[in-house]
Amino acid sequence: MIEIKNLSKTFPSKSGGVEALKNVSLTIPDGEIYGIIGMSGAGKSTLVRCINMLERPTEGSVVIDGRDIGVLSESELRKERQSITMIFQGFNLLMQRNCLKNVCFPLELAGVKKAEAEKRAAELLEIVGLKDKMKSYPAQLSGGQQQRVAIARALATNPKILLCDEATSALDPQTTHSILSLIRDLHDKLGLTVVIITHQMSVIEEICTRVAILDGGTVAEEGAVGEVFSAPKSDAAKRLVYPEGYEETLNSFDGGMVRIVFGGAAATKTPLIAQMAIDKNIAASILYASTRSICGRVYGNMLLGIPGGRQQLDSALTYLKGIPDIFAEEVKRNA
Amino acid sequence: MLSSFFESESVTKALEILKTEIPLAVWETFYVTVLSTLFAIILGLPLGVLLVAGENGKILKIPKSLLHILNVIINLLRSVPFLILMIMVFPLTRLIMGTVVGTAASIVPLVIAAFPFVARLVEGSLREINPNIIETAQSMGANPFQIIVKVMLPESVPSLISNATIAITTILGYSAMSGIIGGGGLGKIAINYGYYRYQYLVMAFAVIFLVLLVQLFQSIGTFLAAKADKRLKANK
Ligand SMILES: Nc1ncnc2c1ncn2[C@@H]1O[C@H](COP(=O)(O)OP(=O)(O)OP(=O)(O)O)[C@@H](O)[C@H]1O
Ligand SMILES: [Mg+2]
Repeated sequence: MIEIKNLSKTFPSKSGGVEALKNVSLTIPDGEIYGIIGMSGAGKSTLVRCINMLERPTEGSVVIDGRDIGVLSESELRKERQSITMIFQGFNLLMQRNCLKNVCFPLELAGVKKAEAEKRAAELLEIVGLKDKMKSYPAQLSGGQQQRVAIARALATNPKILLCDEATSALDPQTTHSILSLIRDLHDKLGLTVVIITHQMSVIEEICTRVAILDGGTVAEEGAVGEVFSAPKSDAAKRLVYPEGYEETLNSFDGGMVRIVFGGAAATKTPLIAQMAIDKNIAASILYASTRSICGRVYGNMLLGIPGGRQQLDSALTYLKGIPDIFAEEVKRNA
Repeated sequence: MLSSFFESESVTKALEILKTEIPLAVWETFYVTVLSTLFAIILGLPLGVLLVAGENGKILKIPKSLLHILNVIINLLRSVPFLILMIMVFPLTRLIMGTVVGTAASIVPLVIAAFPFVARLVEGSLREINPNIIETAQSMGANPFQIIVKVMLPESVPSLISNATIAITTILGYSAMSGIIGGGGLGKIAINYGYYRYQYLVMAFAVIFLVLLVQLFQSIGTFLAAKADKRLKANK
Protein backbone atom coordinates (compact mmCIF):
# COMPACT_ATOMS: atom_id res chain seq x y z
CA MET A 1 0.00 0.00 0.00
CA ILE A 2 1.21 3.47 -0.86
CA GLU A 3 0.19 6.14 1.59
CA ILE A 4 0.87 9.69 0.54
CA LYS A 5 0.44 11.92 3.56
CA ASN A 6 0.11 15.70 3.46
CA LEU A 7 2.64 15.94 0.68
CA SER A 8 3.79 19.38 -0.44
CA LYS A 9 6.48 20.27 -2.92
CA THR A 10 7.70 23.77 -3.63
CA PHE A 11 10.32 24.34 -6.30
CA PRO A 12 12.57 27.28 -5.59
CA SER A 13 12.31 30.06 -8.16
CA LYS A 14 13.18 33.73 -8.45
CA SER A 15 9.63 34.80 -7.69
CA GLY A 16 9.50 32.96 -4.38
CA GLY A 17 8.86 29.38 -5.47
CA VAL A 18 6.46 27.25 -7.48
CA GLU A 19 4.05 25.24 -5.38
CA ALA A 20 3.73 22.11 -7.48
CA LEU A 21 1.95 20.09 -4.81
CA LYS A 22 -0.11 21.41 -1.92
CA ASN A 23 -0.97 19.09 0.94
CA VAL A 24 -1.77 16.02 -1.15
CA SER A 25 -3.00 12.93 0.67
CA LEU A 26 -3.83 9.72 -1.16
CA THR A 27 -3.94 6.04 -0.36
CA ILE A 28 -3.23 3.58 -3.11
CA PRO A 29 -4.23 0.06 -2.08
CA ASP A 30 -2.17 -2.98 -3.10
CA GLY A 31 -2.98 -4.54 -6.42
CA GLU A 32 -4.87 -1.51 -7.69
CA ILE A 33 -4.47 0.13 -11.08
CA TYR A 34 -4.64 3.66 -9.86
CA GLY A 35 -4.99 6.60 -12.19
CA ILE A 36 -3.86 10.13 -11.55
CA ILE A 37 -5.19 12.58 -14.10
CA GLY A 38 -4.92 16.32 -14.48
CA MET A 39 -4.15 19.11 -16.86
CA SER A 40 -0.60 19.97 -17.86
CA GLY A 41 1.23 21.51 -14.93
CA ALA A 42 -1.16 20.08 -12.36
CA GLY A 43 1.72 18.38 -10.58
CA LYS A 44 1.21 14.79 -11.73
CA SER A 45 4.84 14.09 -12.58
CA THR A 46 6.01 15.77 -9.41
CA LEU A 47 3.65 13.58 -7.38
CA VAL A 48 4.72 10.34 -8.99
CA ARG A 49 8.40 11.29 -8.68
CA CYS A 50 7.87 11.85 -4.97
CA ILE A 51 6.67 8.25 -4.65
CA ASN A 52 10.18 6.95 -5.39
CA MET A 53 11.91 10.05 -4.00
CA LEU A 54 13.37 11.12 -7.32
CA GLU A 55 11.94 14.37 -6.03
CA ARG A 56 12.23 15.10 -2.33
CA PRO A 57 8.97 16.48 -0.95
CA THR A 58 9.19 19.78 0.90
CA GLU A 59 6.70 18.51 3.48
CA GLY A 60 4.78 15.35 4.19
CA SER A 61 5.69 11.73 3.73
CA VAL A 62 5.33 8.72 1.50
CA VAL A 63 4.81 5.44 3.31
CA ILE A 64 5.07 2.22 1.35
CA ASP A 65 3.96 -0.95 3.11
CA GLY A 66 4.34 0.79 6.42
CA ARG A 67 7.82 2.10 5.69
CA ASP A 68 8.45 5.84 5.43
CA ILE A 69 10.75 6.00 2.42
CA GLY A 70 11.59 9.67 2.92
CA VAL A 71 13.84 8.85 5.86
CA LEU A 72 15.81 6.05 4.20
CA SER A 73 19.53 6.47 3.63
CA GLU A 74 20.75 6.84 0.05
CA SER A 75 21.77 3.19 -0.19
CA GLU A 76 18.56 1.92 1.43
CA LEU A 77 16.61 4.06 -1.01
CA ARG A 78 18.52 2.61 -3.98
CA LYS A 79 17.60 -0.86 -2.77
CA GLU A 80 13.96 0.14 -2.31
CA ARG A 81 13.88 1.49 -5.87
CA GLN A 82 14.38 -2.01 -7.21
CA SER A 83 10.85 -2.73 -6.07
CA ILE A 84 9.30 0.57 -7.18
CA THR A 85 10.12 0.88 -10.86
CA MET A 86 9.02 3.40 -13.41
CA ILE A 87 8.31 3.83 -17.10
CA PHE A 88 8.25 7.17 -18.87
CA GLN A 89 6.75 9.02 -21.80
CA GLY A 90 10.14 9.15 -23.55
CA PHE A 91 10.96 5.44 -22.91
CA ASN A 92 14.48 6.49 -21.82
CA LEU A 93 16.26 3.40 -23.08
CA LEU A 94 20.04 3.32 -23.29
CA MET A 95 20.62 4.05 -26.96
CA GLN A 96 24.02 2.37 -27.15
CA ARG A 97 22.82 -0.94 -25.73
CA ASN A 98 20.71 -3.50 -27.50
CA CYS A 99 17.32 -4.52 -26.11
CA LEU A 100 18.62 -7.51 -24.21
CA LYS A 101 21.33 -5.40 -22.57
CA ASN A 102 18.81 -2.70 -21.74
CA VAL A 103 16.69 -5.19 -19.86
CA CYS A 104 19.83 -6.54 -18.17
CA PHE A 105 20.71 -3.06 -16.95
CA PRO A 106 18.73 -2.98 -13.66
CA LEU A 107 19.93 -6.53 -12.96
CA GLU A 108 23.54 -5.44 -13.46
CA LEU A 109 22.91 -2.60 -11.04
CA ALA A 110 21.59 -5.10 -8.53
CA GLY A 111 24.68 -7.26 -8.95
CA VAL A 112 23.04 -10.22 -10.69
CA LYS A 113 25.48 -12.45 -12.60
CA LYS A 114 25.66 -11.87 -16.33
CA ALA A 115 24.41 -15.26 -17.51
CA GLU A 116 21.53 -15.21 -15.07
CA ALA A 117 20.63 -11.62 -16.00
CA GLU A 118 20.59 -12.40 -19.71
CA LYS A 119 18.39 -15.42 -19.15
CA ARG A 120 15.87 -13.38 -17.20
CA ALA A 121 16.03 -10.51 -19.72
CA ALA A 122 15.31 -12.90 -22.56
CA GLU A 123 12.30 -14.29 -20.69
CA LEU A 124 10.97 -10.80 -20.06
CA LEU A 125 11.40 -9.76 -23.69
CA GLU A 126 9.44 -12.81 -24.66
CA ILE A 127 6.66 -11.86 -22.24
CA VAL A 128 6.36 -8.39 -23.78
CA GLY A 129 6.35 -9.90 -27.26
CA LEU A 130 9.80 -8.86 -28.49
CA LYS A 131 11.63 -12.14 -28.53
CA ASP A 132 12.91 -11.51 -32.05
CA LYS A 133 14.24 -8.02 -31.21
CA MET A 134 16.72 -9.00 -28.51
CA LYS A 135 19.76 -7.95 -30.53
CA SER A 136 18.17 -4.82 -31.98
CA TYR A 137 19.09 -1.36 -30.77
CA PRO A 138 16.39 1.03 -29.52
CA ALA A 139 16.83 3.28 -32.57
CA GLN A 140 15.67 0.40 -34.73
CA LEU A 141 12.38 0.01 -32.87
CA SER A 142 9.06 1.83 -33.04
CA GLY A 143 7.84 3.83 -30.07
CA GLY A 144 5.48 1.10 -28.97
CA GLN A 145 8.24 -1.49 -29.16
CA GLN A 146 10.58 0.76 -27.20
CA GLN A 147 7.97 1.12 -24.48
CA ARG A 148 7.65 -2.67 -24.36
CA VAL A 149 11.39 -2.94 -23.80
CA ALA A 150 11.10 -0.29 -21.10
CA ILE A 151 8.33 -2.30 -19.45
CA ALA A 152 10.43 -5.47 -19.59
CA ARG A 153 13.29 -3.50 -18.05
CA ALA A 154 11.03 -2.14 -15.32
CA LEU A 155 9.93 -5.66 -14.42
CA ALA A 156 13.40 -7.18 -14.32
CA THR A 157 13.91 -6.69 -10.61
CA ASN A 158 10.48 -8.12 -9.67
CA PRO A 159 8.99 -4.86 -8.46
CA LYS A 160 5.81 -4.65 -6.44
CA ILE A 161 4.92 -1.20 -7.73
CA LEU A 162 5.04 0.06 -11.32
CA LEU A 163 4.82 3.81 -11.84
CA CYS A 164 3.87 4.98 -15.34
CA ASP A 165 4.40 8.67 -16.08
CA GLU A 166 2.53 9.43 -19.32
CA ALA A 167 3.74 6.08 -20.60
CA THR A 168 1.43 6.13 -23.60
CA SER A 169 1.29 9.84 -24.37
CA ALA A 170 3.77 9.59 -27.22
CA LEU A 171 1.93 6.70 -28.88
CA ASP A 172 -0.98 6.46 -31.31
CA PRO A 173 -4.36 5.18 -30.03
CA GLN A 174 -3.86 1.65 -31.38
CA THR A 175 -0.43 1.30 -29.77
CA THR A 176 -1.68 2.95 -26.59
CA HIS A 177 -4.35 0.30 -26.40
CA SER A 178 -1.86 -2.53 -26.85
CA ILE A 179 0.52 -1.14 -24.23
CA LEU A 180 -2.33 -0.66 -21.75
CA SER A 181 -3.49 -4.25 -22.35
CA LEU A 182 0.04 -5.42 -21.70
CA ILE A 183 0.18 -3.46 -18.45
CA ARG A 184 -3.16 -4.91 -17.39
CA ASP A 185 -2.06 -8.45 -18.21
CA LEU A 186 1.14 -8.02 -16.23
CA HIS A 187 -0.84 -6.52 -13.37
CA ASP A 188 -3.15 -9.53 -13.32
CA LYS A 189 -0.34 -12.03 -13.66
CA LEU A 190 2.15 -10.52 -11.23
CA GLY A 191 -0.14 -8.80 -8.77
CA LEU A 192 1.54 -5.45 -9.35
CA THR A 193 0.29 -2.21 -7.94
CA VAL A 194 0.21 0.15 -10.91
CA VAL A 195 0.08 3.94 -10.79
CA ILE A 196 -0.87 5.51 -14.11
CA ILE A 197 -0.23 9.18 -14.69
CA THR A 198 -1.98 10.63 -17.70
CA HIS A 199 -3.81 13.63 -19.06
CA GLN A 200 -6.05 11.41 -21.21
CA MET A 201 -9.46 10.37 -19.96
CA SER A 202 -9.47 7.43 -22.32
CA VAL A 203 -6.44 5.87 -20.62
CA ILE A 204 -8.05 6.03 -17.19
CA GLU A 205 -11.32 4.66 -18.56
CA GLU A 206 -9.62 1.78 -20.24
CA ILE A 207 -7.47 0.46 -17.47
CA CYS A 208 -7.88 2.12 -14.08
CA THR A 209 -10.09 1.08 -11.21
CA ARG A 210 -9.62 4.18 -9.08
CA VAL A 211 -8.70 7.70 -10.05
CA ALA A 212 -7.52 10.88 -8.41
CA ILE A 213 -7.98 14.16 -10.19
CA LEU A 214 -5.16 16.58 -9.62
CA ASP A 215 -5.75 20.25 -10.15
CA GLY A 216 -3.31 23.03 -9.36
CA GLY A 217 -1.30 20.80 -7.06
CA THR A 218 -4.23 19.55 -4.99
CA VAL A 219 -6.50 16.52 -5.20
CA ALA A 220 -9.80 17.81 -6.54
CA GLU A 221 -11.61 14.51 -6.43
CA GLU A 222 -10.86 10.86 -5.75
CA GLY A 223 -12.84 7.68 -6.07
CA ALA A 224 -13.82 4.70 -8.19
CA VAL A 225 -13.47 5.55 -11.87
CA GLY A 226 -17.12 4.85 -12.68
CA GLU A 227 -18.37 7.16 -9.95
CA VAL A 228 -16.00 10.02 -10.60
CA PHE A 229 -16.54 10.02 -14.34
CA SER A 230 -20.29 9.50 -14.31
CA ALA A 231 -21.03 12.06 -11.66
CA PRO A 232 -18.13 14.47 -11.43
CA LYS A 233 -18.47 16.84 -8.49
CA SER A 234 -15.46 19.13 -8.68
CA ASP A 235 -14.92 21.71 -11.39
CA ALA A 236 -11.70 20.05 -12.40
CA ALA A 237 -13.48 16.73 -12.87
CA LYS A 238 -16.29 18.35 -14.82
CA ARG A 239 -13.80 20.01 -17.12
CA LEU A 240 -12.31 16.61 -17.87
CA VAL A 241 -15.58 14.74 -18.26
CA TYR A 242 -17.58 17.24 -20.27
CA PRO A 243 -16.37 18.42 -23.61
CA GLU A 244 -15.65 22.01 -24.46
CA GLY A 245 -18.73 24.08 -25.03
CA TYR A 246 -20.72 22.25 -22.39
CA GLU A 247 -20.82 25.33 -20.20
CA GLU A 248 -22.12 27.47 -23.05
CA THR A 249 -24.90 24.98 -23.78
CA LEU A 250 -25.77 25.11 -20.14
CA ASN A 251 -26.08 28.85 -20.17
CA SER A 252 -27.78 29.33 -23.52
CA PHE A 253 -30.88 27.26 -22.80
CA ASP A 254 -33.55 29.09 -20.88
CA GLY A 255 -35.76 26.54 -19.27
CA GLY A 256 -35.26 23.90 -16.63
CA MET A 257 -32.44 21.42 -17.04
CA VAL A 258 -31.94 17.92 -15.76
CA ARG A 259 -28.77 15.96 -15.90
CA ILE A 260 -29.13 12.21 -15.93
CA VAL A 261 -26.44 9.63 -15.54
CA PHE A 262 -27.11 6.03 -16.24
CA GLY A 263 -24.97 2.98 -15.85
CA GLY A 264 -25.58 -0.53 -17.01
CA ALA A 265 -27.63 -2.24 -19.63
CA ALA A 266 -31.05 -1.85 -18.00
CA ALA A 267 -30.94 1.91 -18.40
CA THR A 268 -29.62 1.97 -21.96
CA LYS A 269 -32.42 -0.30 -23.15
CA THR A 270 -35.21 1.94 -21.88
CA PRO A 271 -36.39 4.50 -24.44
CA LEU A 272 -36.74 6.95 -21.61
CA ILE A 273 -37.20 10.23 -23.47
CA ALA A 274 -40.02 8.81 -25.55
CA GLN A 275 -41.48 7.11 -22.49
CA MET A 276 -41.46 10.37 -20.58
CA ALA A 277 -43.23 12.16 -23.43
CA ILE A 278 -45.93 9.53 -23.55
CA ASP A 279 -46.39 8.94 -19.83
CA LYS A 280 -45.95 12.47 -18.50
CA ASN A 281 -46.49 14.52 -21.58
CA ILE A 282 -43.13 16.23 -21.11
CA ALA A 283 -41.28 17.12 -24.32
CA ALA A 284 -37.63 17.12 -23.27
CA SER A 285 -34.90 18.18 -25.64
CA ILE A 286 -31.46 16.66 -25.52
CA LEU A 287 -28.82 19.37 -25.01
CA TYR A 288 -25.86 17.08 -24.57
CA ALA A 289 -25.36 13.36 -24.49
CA SER A 290 -22.47 10.99 -24.30
CA THR A 291 -21.84 7.41 -23.42
CA ARG A 292 -18.54 5.95 -22.42
CA SER A 293 -17.37 2.55 -21.51
CA ILE A 294 -15.49 2.32 -18.25
CA CYS A 295 -13.95 -1.02 -17.35
CA GLY A 296 -16.40 -2.82 -19.59
CA ARG A 297 -19.47 -1.03 -18.23
CA VAL A 298 -21.41 1.51 -20.26
CA TYR A 299 -22.02 4.86 -18.64
CA GLY A 300 -24.25 7.52 -20.17
CA ASN A 301 -24.45 11.15 -19.44
CA MET A 302 -27.25 13.34 -20.74
CA LEU A 303 -28.37 16.87 -20.29
CA LEU A 304 -32.09 17.38 -20.91
CA GLY A 305 -33.81 20.69 -21.44
CA ILE A 306 -37.34 20.82 -20.00
CA PRO A 307 -39.39 23.71 -21.28
CA GLY A 308 -42.59 24.68 -19.51
CA GLY A 309 -41.68 25.89 -16.08
CA ARG A 310 -41.13 24.62 -12.59
CA GLN A 311 -44.00 22.16 -12.45
CA GLN A 312 -42.92 20.29 -15.55
CA LEU A 313 -39.36 20.17 -14.26
CA ASP A 314 -40.39 18.71 -10.93
CA SER A 315 -42.53 16.05 -12.47
CA ALA A 316 -39.75 15.14 -14.90
CA LEU A 317 -37.33 14.81 -11.98
CA THR A 318 -39.69 12.59 -10.03
CA TYR A 319 -40.28 10.46 -13.09
CA LEU A 320 -36.60 10.02 -13.93
CA LYS A 321 -35.58 9.30 -10.36
CA GLY A 322 -38.10 6.50 -10.34
CA ILE A 323 -36.29 4.56 -13.02
CA PRO A 324 -33.73 2.07 -11.65
CA ASP A 325 -30.03 2.59 -12.48
CA ILE A 326 -30.58 6.22 -13.29
CA PHE A 327 -29.28 9.15 -11.40
CA ALA A 328 -31.01 12.46 -12.08
CA GLU A 329 -30.42 15.94 -10.75
CA GLU A 330 -31.54 19.39 -11.55
CA VAL A 331 -28.89 21.57 -13.11
CA LYS A 332 -28.77 25.10 -11.84
CA ARG A 333 -27.35 27.81 -13.99
CA ASN A 334 -24.09 29.36 -12.89
CA ALA A 335 -25.45 32.90 -12.93
CA MET B 1 62.64 24.79 -67.34
CA LEU B 2 61.14 22.12 -65.06
CA SER B 3 63.99 19.71 -65.63
CA SER B 4 66.55 22.37 -64.81
CA PHE B 5 64.63 23.06 -61.60
CA PHE B 6 64.87 19.46 -60.54
CA GLU B 7 68.51 19.26 -61.42
CA SER B 8 69.45 22.36 -59.52
CA GLU B 9 71.64 21.92 -56.53
CA SER B 10 69.11 23.06 -53.93
CA VAL B 11 66.61 20.44 -55.04
CA THR B 12 69.07 17.60 -54.80
CA LYS B 13 70.00 18.81 -51.36
CA ALA B 14 66.38 19.03 -50.32
CA LEU B 15 65.63 15.52 -51.54
CA GLU B 16 68.65 14.27 -49.65
CA ILE B 17 67.43 15.91 -46.45
CA LEU B 18 63.98 14.44 -47.00
CA LYS B 19 65.32 10.96 -47.43
CA THR B 20 67.49 11.05 -44.32
CA GLU B 21 65.39 13.07 -41.91
CA ILE B 22 61.71 12.93 -42.78
CA PRO B 23 60.97 9.29 -41.80
CA LEU B 24 62.31 9.83 -38.29
CA ALA B 25 60.56 13.19 -38.01
CA VAL B 26 57.22 11.68 -39.01
CA TRP B 27 57.67 8.94 -36.45
CA GLU B 28 58.63 11.44 -33.73
CA THR B 29 55.65 13.64 -34.43
CA PHE B 30 53.39 10.60 -34.50
CA TYR B 31 54.43 9.15 -31.18
CA VAL B 32 54.64 12.49 -29.39
CA THR B 33 51.12 13.30 -30.54
CA VAL B 34 49.69 9.91 -29.63
CA LEU B 35 51.38 9.75 -26.23
CA SER B 36 50.47 13.34 -25.35
CA THR B 37 46.87 12.70 -26.33
CA LEU B 38 46.82 9.57 -24.23
CA PHE B 39 48.14 11.33 -21.13
CA ALA B 40 45.86 14.32 -21.76
CA ILE B 41 42.90 11.95 -21.84
CA ILE B 42 44.03 10.18 -18.69
CA LEU B 43 43.98 13.54 -16.89
CA GLY B 44 41.19 15.25 -18.79
CA LEU B 45 38.57 12.49 -18.87
CA PRO B 46 38.09 12.17 -15.09
CA LEU B 47 38.18 15.94 -14.80
CA GLY B 48 35.45 16.33 -17.41
CA VAL B 49 33.37 13.63 -15.70
CA LEU B 50 33.80 15.44 -12.40
CA LEU B 51 32.63 18.73 -13.88
CA VAL B 52 29.41 17.22 -15.22
CA ALA B 53 28.65 14.71 -12.46
CA GLY B 54 29.31 17.26 -9.74
CA GLU B 55 27.11 19.97 -11.19
CA ASN B 56 24.20 20.82 -8.88
CA GLY B 57 25.06 17.78 -6.77
CA LYS B 58 22.76 15.74 -8.98
CA ILE B 59 25.03 12.72 -9.38
CA LEU B 60 28.10 13.34 -7.22
CA LYS B 61 28.13 15.51 -4.14
CA ILE B 62 31.19 17.67 -4.79
CA PRO B 63 31.61 20.96 -2.93
CA LYS B 64 30.71 23.89 -5.17
CA SER B 65 33.98 25.63 -4.25
CA LEU B 66 36.06 22.70 -5.52
CA LEU B 67 34.22 22.74 -8.85
CA HIS B 68 34.78 26.47 -9.05
CA ILE B 69 38.52 26.06 -8.47
CA LEU B 70 38.74 23.34 -11.13
CA ASN B 71 36.96 25.58 -13.61
CA VAL B 72 39.32 28.48 -12.91
CA ILE B 73 42.39 26.27 -13.36
CA ILE B 74 41.08 24.93 -16.65
CA ASN B 75 40.27 28.41 -17.93
CA LEU B 76 43.67 29.75 -16.90
CA LEU B 77 45.59 26.96 -18.60
CA ARG B 78 43.42 27.28 -21.69
CA SER B 79 44.03 30.99 -22.01
CA VAL B 80 47.85 30.87 -21.99
CA PRO B 81 49.25 30.65 -25.56
CA PHE B 82 50.97 27.32 -26.10
CA LEU B 83 54.50 28.61 -26.68
CA ILE B 84 54.40 30.71 -23.53
CA LEU B 85 52.97 27.82 -21.56
CA MET B 86 55.80 25.67 -22.87
CA ILE B 87 58.34 28.10 -21.45
CA MET B 88 56.41 28.42 -18.20
CA VAL B 89 56.47 24.69 -17.58
CA PHE B 90 60.21 24.31 -18.32
CA PRO B 91 60.95 23.70 -14.60
CA LEU B 92 58.33 20.95 -14.47
CA THR B 93 59.61 19.46 -17.73
CA ARG B 94 63.15 19.42 -16.37
CA LEU B 95 61.91 17.79 -13.17
CA ILE B 96 60.11 15.01 -15.00
CA MET B 97 62.27 14.43 -18.10
CA GLY B 98 65.63 15.72 -16.93
CA THR B 99 65.85 18.09 -19.91
CA VAL B 100 63.73 20.67 -21.69
CA VAL B 101 64.85 20.00 -25.23
CA GLY B 102 64.14 17.06 -27.49
CA THR B 103 61.17 15.18 -28.74
CA ALA B 104 60.26 13.32 -25.56
CA ALA B 105 60.58 16.45 -23.41
CA SER B 106 57.88 18.21 -25.41
CA ILE B 107 55.34 15.68 -24.17
CA VAL B 108 55.17 17.43 -20.79
CA PRO B 109 54.06 20.88 -22.02
CA LEU B 110 51.80 19.24 -24.60
CA VAL B 111 49.97 17.30 -21.91
CA ILE B 112 49.70 20.36 -19.67
CA ALA B 113 48.29 22.39 -22.55
CA ALA B 114 45.94 19.68 -23.78
CA PHE B 115 44.37 18.13 -20.69
CA PRO B 116 42.20 21.18 -19.83
CA PHE B 117 41.08 21.23 -23.45
CA VAL B 118 40.25 17.52 -23.28
CA ALA B 119 38.36 18.09 -20.01
CA ARG B 120 36.18 20.67 -21.75
CA LEU B 121 35.58 18.35 -24.71
CA VAL B 122 34.60 15.52 -22.37
CA GLU B 123 32.33 17.91 -20.51
CA GLY B 124 30.62 18.79 -23.80
CA SER B 125 30.18 15.14 -24.76
CA LEU B 126 28.67 14.18 -21.42
CA ARG B 127 26.29 17.11 -21.45
CA GLU B 128 24.76 15.83 -24.68
CA ILE B 129 23.26 12.85 -22.83
CA ASN B 130 19.52 13.03 -22.33
CA PRO B 131 19.15 13.83 -18.60
CA ASN B 132 16.02 11.66 -18.50
CA ILE B 133 18.18 8.61 -19.16
CA ILE B 134 20.33 9.42 -16.15
CA GLU B 135 17.23 9.94 -14.06
CA THR B 136 15.83 6.64 -15.25
CA ALA B 137 19.01 4.92 -14.08
CA GLN B 138 18.60 6.64 -10.73
CA SER B 139 15.00 5.47 -10.56
CA MET B 140 16.29 1.93 -10.93
CA GLY B 141 18.67 2.33 -8.03
CA ALA B 142 21.97 3.12 -9.79
CA ASN B 143 24.65 4.59 -7.54
CA PRO B 144 26.83 7.51 -8.73
CA PHE B 145 29.68 5.27 -9.83
CA GLN B 146 27.31 3.06 -11.85
CA ILE B 147 25.74 6.10 -13.46
CA ILE B 148 29.13 7.33 -14.63
CA VAL B 149 30.51 3.99 -15.74
CA LYS B 150 27.38 2.29 -17.07
CA VAL B 151 25.39 5.23 -18.39
CA MET B 152 27.25 8.47 -18.95
CA LEU B 153 30.44 7.14 -20.53
CA PRO B 154 28.97 4.32 -22.69
CA GLU B 155 26.12 6.52 -23.92
CA SER B 156 28.54 9.21 -25.07
CA VAL B 157 31.15 6.96 -26.68
CA PRO B 158 30.53 8.17 -30.27
CA SER B 159 30.77 11.78 -29.20
CA LEU B 160 33.84 11.06 -27.07
CA ILE B 161 35.56 9.46 -30.07
CA SER B 162 34.76 12.46 -32.28
CA ASN B 163 36.15 14.77 -29.63
CA ALA B 164 39.24 12.61 -29.15
CA THR B 165 39.84 13.13 -32.86
CA ILE B 166 39.60 16.88 -32.42
CA ALA B 167 42.00 16.61 -29.48
CA ILE B 168 44.60 14.54 -31.32
CA THR B 169 44.63 16.80 -34.39
CA THR B 170 44.93 19.88 -32.20
CA ILE B 171 47.77 18.31 -30.23
CA LEU B 172 49.46 17.45 -33.51
CA GLY B 173 49.41 21.15 -34.35
CA TYR B 174 50.86 22.06 -30.95
CA SER B 175 53.59 19.46 -31.30
CA ALA B 176 54.64 21.00 -34.60
CA MET B 177 54.72 24.39 -32.91
CA SER B 178 56.92 22.99 -30.15
CA GLY B 179 59.62 22.61 -32.83
CA ILE B 180 60.30 26.33 -32.41
CA ILE B 181 61.72 25.89 -28.92
CA GLY B 182 63.30 22.53 -28.60
CA GLY B 183 60.62 20.10 -29.68
CA GLY B 184 61.42 17.50 -32.33
CA GLY B 185 59.65 16.03 -35.31
CA LEU B 186 58.17 17.60 -38.43
CA GLY B 187 57.82 21.00 -36.76
CA LYS B 188 61.53 21.16 -36.09
CA ILE B 189 62.36 20.28 -39.70
CA ALA B 190 60.00 22.92 -41.04
CA ILE B 191 61.47 25.60 -38.79
CA ASN B 192 65.12 24.65 -39.09
CA TYR B 193 65.22 24.32 -42.86
CA GLY B 194 62.41 26.61 -43.88
CA TYR B 195 62.81 29.49 -41.48
CA TYR B 196 66.51 29.49 -40.69
CA ARG B 197 67.99 28.16 -43.94
CA TYR B 198 65.42 29.19 -46.57
CA GLN B 199 64.95 25.61 -47.75
CA TYR B 200 61.32 26.16 -48.61
CA LEU B 201 60.95 22.88 -50.41
CA VAL B 202 61.88 20.98 -47.25
CA MET B 203 59.42 23.06 -45.28
CA ALA B 204 56.69 22.36 -47.82
CA PHE B 205 57.28 18.63 -47.52
CA ALA B 206 57.19 18.80 -43.73
CA VAL B 207 53.85 20.60 -43.95
CA ILE B 208 52.50 18.04 -46.43
CA PHE B 209 53.35 15.25 -44.02
CA LEU B 210 51.64 17.12 -41.19
CA VAL B 211 48.54 17.46 -43.36
CA LEU B 212 48.67 13.75 -44.14
CA LEU B 213 48.90 12.89 -40.44
CA VAL B 214 45.90 15.09 -39.67
CA GLN B 215 44.00 13.36 -42.48
CA LEU B 216 44.96 9.97 -41.11
CA PHE B 217 43.82 10.73 -37.55
CA GLN B 218 40.64 12.37 -38.77
CA SER B 219 39.66 9.48 -41.03
CA ILE B 220 40.27 6.89 -38.34
CA GLY B 221 38.34 8.98 -35.81
CA THR B 222 35.36 9.57 -38.07
CA PHE B 223 35.24 5.89 -38.98
CA LEU B 224 35.39 4.70 -35.37
CA ALA B 225 32.82 7.22 -34.16
CA ALA B 226 30.32 6.18 -36.83
CA LYS B 227 30.98 2.51 -36.17
CA ALA B 228 30.45 2.94 -32.43
CA ASP B 229 27.17 4.81 -32.77
CA LYS B 230 24.21 2.48 -32.40
CA ARG B 231 21.72 5.28 -32.96
CA LEU B 232 22.39 5.53 -36.69
CA LYS B 233 22.34 1.91 -37.74
CA ALA B 234 19.54 0.92 -40.02
CA ASN B 235 17.82 -2.42 -39.55
CA LYS B 236 20.08 -5.27 -40.45
N1 LIG C 1 12.43 20.91 -11.46
C1 LIG C 1 11.49 21.89 -11.41
N2 LIG C 1 11.85 23.15 -11.10
C2 LIG C 1 10.93 24.13 -11.02
N3 LIG C 1 9.62 23.95 -11.26
C3 LIG C 1 9.19 22.73 -11.57
C4 LIG C 1 10.11 21.64 -11.68
N4 LIG C 1 9.41 20.52 -12.00
C5 LIG C 1 8.13 20.92 -12.12
N5 LIG C 1 7.99 22.24 -11.84
C6 LIG C 1 6.72 22.99 -11.83
O1 LIG C 1 5.79 22.29 -11.05
C7 LIG C 1 4.52 22.31 -11.64
C8 LIG C 1 4.01 20.90 -11.85
O2 LIG C 1 4.83 20.24 -12.79
P1 LIG C 1 4.61 18.73 -13.23
O3 LIG C 1 5.72 18.37 -14.13
O4 LIG C 1 4.44 17.90 -12.02
O5 LIG C 1 3.26 18.82 -14.01
P2 LIG C 1 2.48 17.68 -14.80
O6 LIG C 1 1.15 17.58 -14.19
O7 LIG C 1 3.30 16.44 -14.83
O8 LIG C 1 2.35 18.31 -16.23
P3 LIG C 1 2.46 17.61 -17.68
O9 LIG C 1 1.15 16.97 -17.96
O10 LIG C 1 2.73 18.76 -18.59
O11 LIG C 1 3.60 16.64 -17.62
C9 LIG C 1 4.66 23.10 -12.93
O12 LIG C 1 4.20 24.41 -12.70
C10 LIG C 1 6.12 23.11 -13.20
O13 LIG C 1 6.51 24.29 -13.84
MG1 LIG D 1 4.33 15.36 -16.41
